[in-house]
Amino acid sequence: MKRNLILILMAVLVVTAAIAGCGQKKDSDVIKIGVFEPITGANAAGGQLEVEGIKLANKLYPEVLGKKVELVIADNKSDKVEAATAAARLVEKEKVTAIIGSWGSSLSMAAGDIVKKGKVPTVGASCTNPLVTKGNEYYFRVCFIDPFQGTVMANYAYKKLNAKKAAIVQEVSNDYAVGLANYFTEHFKKLTGDPNCVVAVANYNTGDQDFSAQLTNIKSKNPDVIFAPGNFTESALLISQARKLGITCPIIGGDTWETQEFLDIGKGAVEGVVFSTFFASETPITNESKKFLEEYRKEYNKEPAAVAALGYDAYILILDAIKRAGSTDTVKIRDEIAKTTNFEGAAGFISLDENGDAVKDAVIKYVKDGKFTYLDTIKP
Amino acid sequence: MTFDLFLQHLSNGISLGSLYALIAIGYTMVYGILRLINFAHGDIFMMATYFAFFGIVTFGIPWYITFPVILIITALLGMTVEATAYRPLRDAPKISILISAIGASFLLENLAIVLFGGVPKPFPTPEVFTDVVKIGTVSIQKLTFYIPVVTIVFLVGLTYLINKTKVGMAMRALSKDHETARVMGVNVNQIISLTFGIGSMLAAVGGIMWGLKFPQISPLMGVIPGMKCFIAAVIGGIGNIKGAVVGGFILGVGEILLVAFLPDLTGYRDAFAFVLLILILLYKPTGIMGEQIAEKV
Repeated sequence: MKRNLILILMAVLVVTAAIAGCGQKKDSDVIKIGVFEPITGANAAGGQLEVEGIKLANKLYPEVLGKKVELVIADNKSDKVEAATAAARLVEKEKVTAIIGSWGSSLSMAAGDIVKKGKVPTVGASCTNPLVTKGNEYYFRVCFIDPFQGTVMANYAYKKLNAKKAAIVQEVSNDYAVGLANYFTEHFKKLTGDPNCVVAVANYNTGDQDFSAQLTNIKSKNPDVIFAPGNFTESALLISQARKLGITCPIIGGDTWETQEFLDIGKGAVEGVVFSTFFASETPITNESKKFLEEYRKEYNKEPAAVAALGYDAYILILDAIKRAGSTDTVKIRDEIAKTTNFEGAAGFISLDENGDAVKDAVIKYVKDGKFTYLDTIKP
Repeated sequence: MTFDLFLQHLSNGISLGSLYALIAIGYTMVYGILRLINFAHGDIFMMATYFAFFGIVTFGIPWYITFPVILIITALLGMTVEATAYRPLRDAPKISILISAIGASFLLENLAIVLFGGVPKPFPTPEVFTDVVKIGTVSIQKLTFYIPVVTIVFLVGLTYLINKTKVGMAMRALSKDHETARVMGVNVNQIISLTFGIGSMLAAVGGIMWGLKFPQISPLMGVIPGMKCFIAAVIGGIGNIKGAVVGGFILGVGEILLVAFLPDLTGYRDAFAFVLLILILLYKPTGIMGEQIAEKV
């Protein structure tokens, strides 16, 4: 009886192996690119915008090296632990050639070690914290990083708003927000020459909905400007609560705010807020931008957010590197991505520096009549 | 800290606390009668906000019609959950029902992700509720006045229902002993179903108020409020309706004052609630107003 059982088990194993083998053979006709994004959870709106851009790029450029490119979407659920699992699935089970993502620096960092060990080149679209790519030769990105973004916003607050005293509200569990707040503080102190120019620093956690206590404290310090980098949902609630508490000073932030949900949740309260971002559809930069804008509007019937353009760029950058490498060897593709200079993307020309970060212009936008509107372009 | 500033903090705290109290009432009522912690309470609360969203935004029904209808729909949802997840386990050990409750909670959360999508949606906020009133330098949302009123109305209504009516008598009998109550002619299933209906209706009222105050809804929005209100119910003495209100206020005001006076500890705000839970369970497991409970959950 026992022997029979073992025989059956062995037979099952052989059959499974054979089927798996067949599967693999078929797979070699396609190149799999992993899409590592938050599709659910607090960051879902951001993740889905990037996926829109990636899917559009895949539709326009469906093939490379004569093989079909297949997108494998892995939801990291806006959660650092889930992010590590999702990345491991892409690397170990799906055996993808390259990965795009993720919206949110913390989520990207959670995948860092996994893609490095698996030697899978990964291109982040909009994750701006310097630590994502630092010391990781397999992680790249098509956007600028926070030291630059923080500087841009500090300059804006000091020069355009004439602010001398700033308050900071940061999403303390989010590496992106904390990093941005630190760079802002550093540069703002330099500009004002006053070590006490930041009059209040308040924290909140991802998913918090009540900010009344923090904002009441800030109101009593009477700042000229509030810098509030963080996730769009929390930020929208925070800004509307600030206005209801009678805080009237300008509120400024970072690129994560550029989602429709930010406007829907914040409604009238977010009118006039200013933030830095990557790309404005009002000022297309390259020929690829024009193509992207035209196709995006046709496909989704709305104006693209900057992160959608970056998702698109990450995809075409990877495809270009695969073409130049002439093979699906992940190490060769990595080397080709690292060599990228003056690559024509939808959100501007991309040159990667020695850390794998793109060096490019920042755009400043504000909310006017319930719409994101272009304000200025800042050179690096 | 100036007096005005303190008043502003206090009003923020009362506003949050009364919201916790409102949801905790529903939690504690179901526990008081069935000796069952309905872990799906937070998710029924979430479902109610989505029903309201669809009613007002998708179908364009005015809020004063939508809100009462939502209460009924949510009550039906609660009764359905009871009939499918709890009733078949009526005679099973308490722990099985508890696990079934957790299962129901996960089912509702994931159902919401599939049906409504993972992206947060804006909750409609009629002006009547969100206007701001200024008293001196203190800014208060009108909603802050409405929530405690609603909470008190439900507190009085429920206390009357449980202590003065025939249905209430049946509920109290059930909370002591199912079998004996059945022998005395109480229709056990009907009364339990009704209890869940009322509990879910309270979740719906809490959900609507929550949505008006924090106008952003998502499939997992019920998790943290659910836990916080469970803690509020335990602090007040689980099973005791007045206790739930007291617990809700203690938790809400405590949280706000923690952030106000010790800004460095803001990140530990949720931890504060759980530390409070542990302390209460260690030193006064029956809560502030609770009676001695012999059974374990």
